[in-house]
Amino acid sequence: MKKNWPILVVDDEDVMCESMAAWLREDGYSVDTAPDGKKAVELAKSSDYAICFVDLKMPGGMDGIETMMEIHRVRREASVIIITAYATVDTAIQAMKEGAQEYIVKPCNPQEISMLVSRILKLKKLQSENAILRKKLTRQYRHHDIITKNPRMEEILALTQDIASLRSTVLIRGESGTGKELVARAVHFSGNRAEKPFIVVSCAALTETLLESELFGYEKGAFTGAAAQVKGKFELADGGTIFLDEIGDISPKLQADLLRVLQERRFYRVGGNQEVEVEVRIIAATNKNLAEEVQQGRFREDLYYRLNVIEIRLPALRERREDIPLLAEHFVQRIASELGREISGISAAALKVLIAYDWPGNVRELENVIERAIVTCRNGTLEEQDFSWLRQNSGPQQDWEVPDVSLDELERRAIITALERKHGNVKEASASLGIDRSTLYDKLKRYEIVH
Amino acid sequence: MNALYLVAIGNVPEKTWEWIENAAAEWYPLPVRRLPGLAIPEGAYDAKRKQYQSVELMKMLAQQAPHDAGRILGVTEVDLAIPMLSFLFGQAQLDGPVAVVSLCRLHQEFYGLPAQENLLRERTVKEVLHEMGHTFGLVHCAEPTCAMSLATHIEFVDAKAEQYCSRCGLQLVQRFTAVDGGV
Repeated sequence: MKKNWPILVVDDEDVMCESMAAWLREDGYSVDTAPDGKKAVELAKSSDYAICFVDLKMPGGMDGIETMMEIHRVRREASVIIITAYATVDTAIQAMKEGAQEYIVKPCNPQEISMLVSRILKLKKLQSENAILRKKLTRQYRHHDIITKNPRMEEILALTQDIASLRSTVLIRGESGTGKELVARAVHFSGNRAEKPFIVVSCAALTETLLESELFGYEKGAFTGAAAQVKGKFELADGGTIFLDEIGDISPKLQADLLRVLQERRFYRVGGNQEVEVEVRIIAATNKNLAEEVQQGRFREDLYYRLNVIEIRLPALRERREDIPLLAEHFVQRIASELGREISGISAAALKVLIAYDWPGNVRELENVIERAIVTCRNGTLEEQDFSWLRQNSGPQQDWEVPDVSLDELERRAIITALERKHGNVKEASASLGIDRSTLYDKLKRYEIVH
Repeated sequence: MNALYLVAIGNVPEKTWEWIENAAAEWYPLPVRRLPGLAIPEGAYDAKRKQYQSVELMKMLAQQAPHDAGRILGVTEVDLAIPMLSFLFGQAQLDGPVAVVSLCRLHQEFYGLPAQENLLRERTVKEVLHEMGHTFGLVHCAEPTCAMSLATHIEFVDAKAEQYCSRCGLQLVQRFTAVDGGV
């Protein structure tokens, strides 16, 4: 294991180099030595050193700090420990400022070195674990939980790859539960920002003032309780992507603020008078028709055009029914294993019910429905009866074939069905038919329906 | 057959050899031989630190080793150090023939305490096993009671047993039973 963390010792004194190397080798490390900065940088180019011990004073050529900076240029991740025979506060500060991880005065206690090395390596291990997890996360979102064989969705997925490394703002439209955040993640994690933060802000969840400080941060003393300066989501997302969910719900004041950020990539923290500059990609999402909101005067036109550089419209689940079996199977596998239930799959009859249902809550609703069915399921397969409650709630369209009758007859039947379903309550029946109560009374009279 | 040579650097009490020879006979399948004592090399003394540079002693041992020396272990009473570290209990070439052990910090008197010969014997044996282990390719062991665990303080030396842990011991045996004898 220790062999994976090679160490470099740089000192012009051969004795110093060799004795230090020997001591570290006894501890199982693979150690190289270099007599000067030039050789050290050369070695660093071909070997990924975890730690470099660099003597501060080396006559001729590069000194320790220059050597460290050069090493960092080729090995950004290497931890450099500056060694010196005499410590002054100034050199220590300079070394740390230039990026030294530690600063030690020789000779030092053997225990100190052992602890120092193991502390740095512990950190390195955590960092590399972190990197692995990040990679896993990236893989998870590469094509990414978006399961589809629908041509339109496939086009959208291809588009997310094409635009992943651009900085252009993206506007994702779609009903709730269609996977707007997943698509936003797919865009972020497929591009060159994948290693950088992906920050989600749900604009609908917060009041105007809260959202403002959430987005832009605030200065100490900006308001009661602002005990320290706090960075906002825009700053946290610097270099990465900010995902503004439910953008259609933000107030006119925030629309103006946001427009400024989009135009200038700069903003003020709440209560602050210093501009903060950020490099952030913005992906916004809404379930509203923003063009209509603009027409109604509820959404700024200029902001709309700024956001709507690349538009992605996600189809509702009922527009991609062919994906329902795929998604259902996927959710069954995932949720059953999460809940520790042994469920082998879904019966054909049950699938039929799922395909016929209209899914107003889209994929999220499907996921919740499957979870509920798994929880209540008595045997190893999800059967039709596990979704019977869904059938009761579902709209009249399912399994619906247009009967071969006149339009009038169709209307008459629709009214009768609505009345039956609402147990003769005209107010509710008219609401479900989407007409006035008086219109319904007129039609009842016209079709001679007795209720 | 190659031998393990023991050599005093400066004055070393006679009883020390008996302790080391017994331990070596128990662990290593090499004939153990004594060489005439050597003087502390000039230039090894660091007047500023009032210590001796371990590397200089090791260089001398390498030069003085007889041609049939599989291993050569120098023992000294002087306090050893390397430029980077304030002291050493001993040093060895990893998987190489030369090792040196300093008795200086193994004495209770060094810590201002009354002498304890048995404790000194135990510590000496542990340090010899440790440095010799390095010459046979063993690196530091995470098991604190193993002779190969890293001791940066005398308490750590005392926490060890006078033996290798089963894993390190097995590694030694495998080495000695290899075709070339591993020595």
